[in-house]
Amino acid sequence: MADVDRIPIIKMGEFLLVSIQVDMHDRLAMTLQDDLTASIVRHQARGVLIDISSLEIVDSFIGRMLGNIAAMSRVLDAETVVVGMRPAVAITLVELGMSLPGVRTALTVERAMDMLRAAVGPAVHMGRVDGSQPE
Amino acid sequence: MVSNAGSRVVQILDKRERELLAAWVESQLKSPGLRRDLIQEAELREQSREFLRRLRDAAATAGVDDIDSKAWDPVREQLRVLSTERARRGFTPSETAMFVFSLKEPLFARLRQEIGSDTTVLAEETWVANILLDRLGLFTTEVYQQGREELIARQGEEMLELSTPVVALWDGILALPLIGTLDSARTQVVMENLLQRIVETGASIAIIDITGVPTVDTLVAQHLLKTVAAARLMGADCLISGIRPQIAQTIVHLGVELQSVTTKATLAAAFAVALQRTGQTIGRVRPPA
Repeated sequence: MADVDRIPIIKMGEFLLVSIQVDMHDRLAMTLQDDLTASIVRHQARGVLIDISSLEIVDSFIGRMLGNIAAMSRVLDAETVVVGMRPAVAITLVELGMSLPGVRTALTVERAMDMLRAAVGPAVHMGRVDGSQPE
Repeated sequence: MVSNAGSRVVQILDKRERELLAAWVESQLKSPGLRRDLIQEAELREQSREFLRRLRDAAATAGVDDIDSKAWDPVREQLRVLSTERARRGFTPSETAMFVFSLKEPLFARLRQEIGSDTTVLAEETWVANILLDRLGLFTTEVYQQGREELIARQGEEMLELSTPVVALWDGILALPLIGTLDSARTQVVMENLLQRIVETGASIAIIDITGVPTVDTLVAQHLLKTVAAARLMGADCLISGIRPQIAQTIVHLGVELQSVTTKATLAAAFAVALQRTGQTIGRVRPPA
């Protein structure tokens, strides 16, 4: 497999979708943190959805990274949902003593979307009182 | 004349086999330890006949000194089968070993008749026969023990699987009734089963019912919390139900923190919460009579 040096961040309305499909190495995780925080600010995203259904191997670093991303997003006023964690990964994280207390979790992407919509409430549209769009 | 020792035993086994068999079977049948409820006379007769035949062949080819040698394979094989079979049927170890030991009396009696007044030879031959039958008897007991241990190990494994079912209660609601003590090995199995079923069914709530867990100490509580944390990482909420009054007291006295989990006294109460959280209701079709 070609060495991936970036994980794509997809914008879906007011949410960002990050699908981690390669085994994370440390530098990749750091790049992701940079990119994601930048994207949240640029798009004024209200929610972040991290799909880790392809992730088979985790270590404490990845666990901490997930926690950190959630904390950073919260500071930027975006909710984070981690989606599709495999049983083996969940057991490993718990055995490592990382139960990610600040992170929301969901089994499927649909549920995560519902969860995010419920959490952030209806979208706030910027507009003028007279109905015209800002320049 | 060491090499000659045991020659008379072999001789008797060969020459007086029929007579020996009759006496042996008779003494087995008369013995108070015989389990007539577990074994038929015909079967016992057949087993004894076969054993004597194999014993005679082995003794004639390889002598009676080394029952571990290849020539004794048929004898050991039969004892193994017989012992395992008896263990399965519920014979005690002594009842199983008596099969071999009861051969002593008829064999010694025939040795006495054959050798007569020559006490040195008689003592020597009796000693050889004694050692031979002791070894075979011990072998029987050993196999019996092995059979029992295998049985216990298998039952242990079966119990581990049987005792950790994950049942689908309702659409999106799983229940995990735990019976028996939770140790690390079981927690692992429970956790894996639960998480696997969450993936399969897409359930969003799991109820862990601990009505059948006799004691909850700090370790058990820790194991429970681990399971809850793992399920939460997968996106499923856990409720703990079936907490008996005694256990509630123990949990508080031990200072176990169960604050992060919703706990309910009964499975029914937990089920109601689960229905509510998943936005479902169950109602009566008609008013109660």
